[in-house]
Amino acid sequence: MDPSFLVLQSLSGLASAASLFVIASGLTIVFGVTRIVNFAHGSFYMLGAYIAVTLVPRLLDLSYSPATFFLGVLLSALLVGLIGVAVEVLLLRRLYRVPELFQLLATFGVVLIVEDLVLKVWGPVDLAGPRAPSLRHGVEILGQRFPAYELVLIAVGPLVLGLLWLLMHRTRFGVLIRAATQDREMVGALGVNQARLFTLTLFLGASLAGLGGALQIPRIPANAHMDLSVITDAFVVTVIGGMGSVPGAFVAALIIGQLQAFGILIFPKVTLVLVFALMAVVLVVKPWGLFGRPEAASGRVMPPEGIPALRRFRPAETALAGLAVLALLAVPLVGDAYKVKVATEILIFALAAFSLQFLVGVGGLVSFGHAAYFGLGAYAAGLLVTGPFKAPMELALVAAPLAAAAGAALFGFFIVRLSGIYLAMLTLAFGQIVYAICFQWVEVTGGDNGVVGVWPSSWAAGRTTYFYLVAALCLTAIVLLRRVIYAPFGYSLRAARDSATRAEAIGLDVRTHRWLAFTLAGAAAGLAGGLYAFMKGSIDPTLTGIPLSIDFLVMVLVGGIQTVMGPLVGAAFFHALKDAVMPLTEFWRLLLGLAIIATVLAFPRGLAGAAEALRSRRAAAPKPVEASA
Amino acid sequence: MDKPLLDVSGLTAAYGRAQVLFGVTLRLRPGEVVALMGRNGAGKSTTLKAIMGVLPPTGGTVWFEGRAVTGWEPFRVARLGLGYVPEERRIFTDLTVMENLEVGRKVPADGRAAWTPDRLFSIFPNLAEMRGRRAAAMSGGEQQMLTIARTLMGNPHAVLLDEPSEGLAPVIVEQMADAVLRMKREGIAVLLSEQNLSFAGAVSDRAYVIEKGAIHFEGTMAALEADEAVREAYLTV
Repeated sequence: MDPSFLVLQSLSGLASAASLFVIASGLTIVFGVTRIVNFAHGSFYMLGAYIAVTLVPRLLDLSYSPATFFLGVLLSALLVGLIGVAVEVLLLRRLYRVPELFQLLATFGVVLIVEDLVLKVWGPVDLAGPRAPSLRHGVEILGQRFPAYELVLIAVGPLVLGLLWLLMHRTRFGVLIRAATQDREMVGALGVNQARLFTLTLFLGASLAGLGGALQIPRIPANAHMDLSVITDAFVVTVIGGMGSVPGAFVAALIIGQLQAFGILIFPKVTLVLVFALMAVVLVVKPWGLFGRPEAASGRVMPPEGIPALRRFRPAETALAGLAVLALLAVPLVGDAYKVKVATEILIFALAAFSLQFLVGVGGLVSFGHAAYFGLGAYAAGLLVTGPFKAPMELALVAAPLAAAAGAALFGFFIVRLSGIYLAMLTLAFGQIVYAICFQWVEVTGGDNGVVGVWPSSWAAGRTTYFYLVAALCLTAIVLLRRVIYAPFGYSLRAARDSATRAEAIGLDVRTHRWLAFTLAGAAAGLAGGLYAFMKGSIDPTLTGIPLSIDFLVMVLVGGIQTVMGPLVGAAFFHALKDAVMPLTEFWRLLLGLAIIATVLAFPRGLAGAAEALRSRRAAAPKPVEASA
Repeated sequence: MDKPLLDVSGLTAAYGRAQVLFGVTLRLRPGEVVALMGRNGAGKSTTLKAIMGVLPPTGGTVWFEGRAVTGWEPFRVARLGLGYVPEERRIFTDLTVMENLEVGRKVPADGRAAWTPDRLFSIFPNLAEMRGRRAAAMSGGEQQMLTIARTLMGNPHAVLLDEPSEGLAPVIVEQMADAVLRMKREGIAVLLSEQNLSFAGAVSDRAYVIEKGAIHFEGTMAALEADEAVREAYLTV
């Protein structure tokens, strides 16, 4: 291969590494101090691009020079910093003491809100930004032309790293950030106002995200998908570098930049996969990233949320559950075709949510990529019946849970080696791997368009028949999974969730238990995905994406993470609501985001949890108040 | 008799559902050194945490400098002039000695002569030689000196000192005793939790004995040293 081509390729890798570092440094600083993994960081990046696209041309009209361009970029970054301050004061401040699953969901709520607001303010059309004055030309390097602006970007990475180093080592604010990254409680006990420190940290972090976004405008037009596409890359960089470590983020960004630049030459179809695979390998070798340190050092002791105690159904509850099932089964008798479709979807999502609750509530394994296994099931089924095999539906529905279980077993092997936030990040990464394969491997998966013609066998083709088939399979799977929760295996999982070390000390093989649980939950989600494919008649990458994973988590959260049957209530409630409200408003995501945040803040135990709390309060009320000793 | 600088009464605290303090009452007057003695698990550290607000108390009152600070956030209590040196030291190991001192720096509310690193280094000469060193590379005794120096950078009027002699070599324990007496000479009141009677006896004016989250003895250090029954019941292991 031509050496000059390799040099240029590596330069363009450096340019994207610099952008990635600027964004990821903000994410990692905010995480270090607040211990919140901030999904909204991607939104800050997107806002930076949109604000710059609006602001910079106006400034250039006044004075057309490179200085004006970069002044505009900086101003945009600072404006985004102020938005970050607002988010901290209004939301994050209330989240510092809630479990990390809720923190992640709440910040994802911000993502949804910002997406809708951006569409409202700037419209759905991509907005191309102005090019930087005097940097529009190409520079000749080894006989090839290379954009001058990219060279500037390459310089921006080390420049920001140097400025951050000075800030962190030469200013009181920076020293406090580093101290708080290690032990924020002690910083408070020494007289530092943590609330103000956190607000300023968010200003810094959001400004860096905004800077990253604003710098992109000559390269990519501002668009409403920038947030999620950048946030996963930024997560990967911070996780590989070690969460909370700025130098780690720099090194990781360099590696990823080169990997992407050269990966595209060697494996053009799987560049996205390469990045996530690298992350998986790094985490298995160094579970806290290249420059990270064990989470235990963070001083944060927050046991994972989950089902606290199992209890059998009371007679009234058995009757209620039976009635609910009967009512659902009666839908085809009374409802029209549309209602039957909605009821079918509810059953399928109930199984998917229940399998996630099995992981989160019982196993304490917070999965942010559960849609991956749903999607694996859907793709396995869909590709089997449409591909060269032309397999029948019956075989495809057997293959769906098996394929998902195989994927879950493979990914789970790595995932169960981690804990806490790193585990959640790895589930997200594996979810993105599946998404990337479905999206990029066009010959097989149909890429973005997916595959159509996934129809059930003729005997099950009728809506009503298919509904009863789904009902039989989903209800059986739910009953079986519930049986597992109440079996010794389920008890062992809960023991491991509450204290992994103690569970190991009494002789439980925690990793194997978790691995089996992950595989089982994957199989159940896969069955749900397979059934979904035949219901819709098609498959596409959204079945594996982050938004669907979040939907599942919301169902679990709305139903109540501390109850066994809550996710079923959550799935029914959430899907029915989505179905009813979505056509009525163009602000569905905004409403959903607000609802997620409200749920996290007001009903952290969900609908079923709130009902349970009400019941136990009523039960406790008649007793005389005991005098405290 | 002086008005107490720190006045704690009926303090209760719990970790989750497990109540640890059942009404602790104690006083600390300006410039005196008071020992809070008791066995492991008696509630010594919890008392100090609840006073500081690191563990929000569930009941009782804490007055400091004439203000009710019960349930305040720790940073506000610290700014009022109460220093806290935790048991596990909790040095910022990624930071240098100078940076650790910087985190503790607070301008005194009443404008009294401020502690400076140089003044602290005259008390803790070991630290002077390693001002640029990362705290992770320091010995346990040096880290203990640094926690005290870090707290003094905040110019406190009183310091809560949690188990200052625990796990230290005898020569370092002596330096700790010197440091406590130096604070006393500077007019800083000290409430220290201790299991080691000889250390407490060497530095303290008065003592409280705590057991199962309540105070069982209050008196001068000499009275405690003379009272074999109390020592037998609450202090010997």
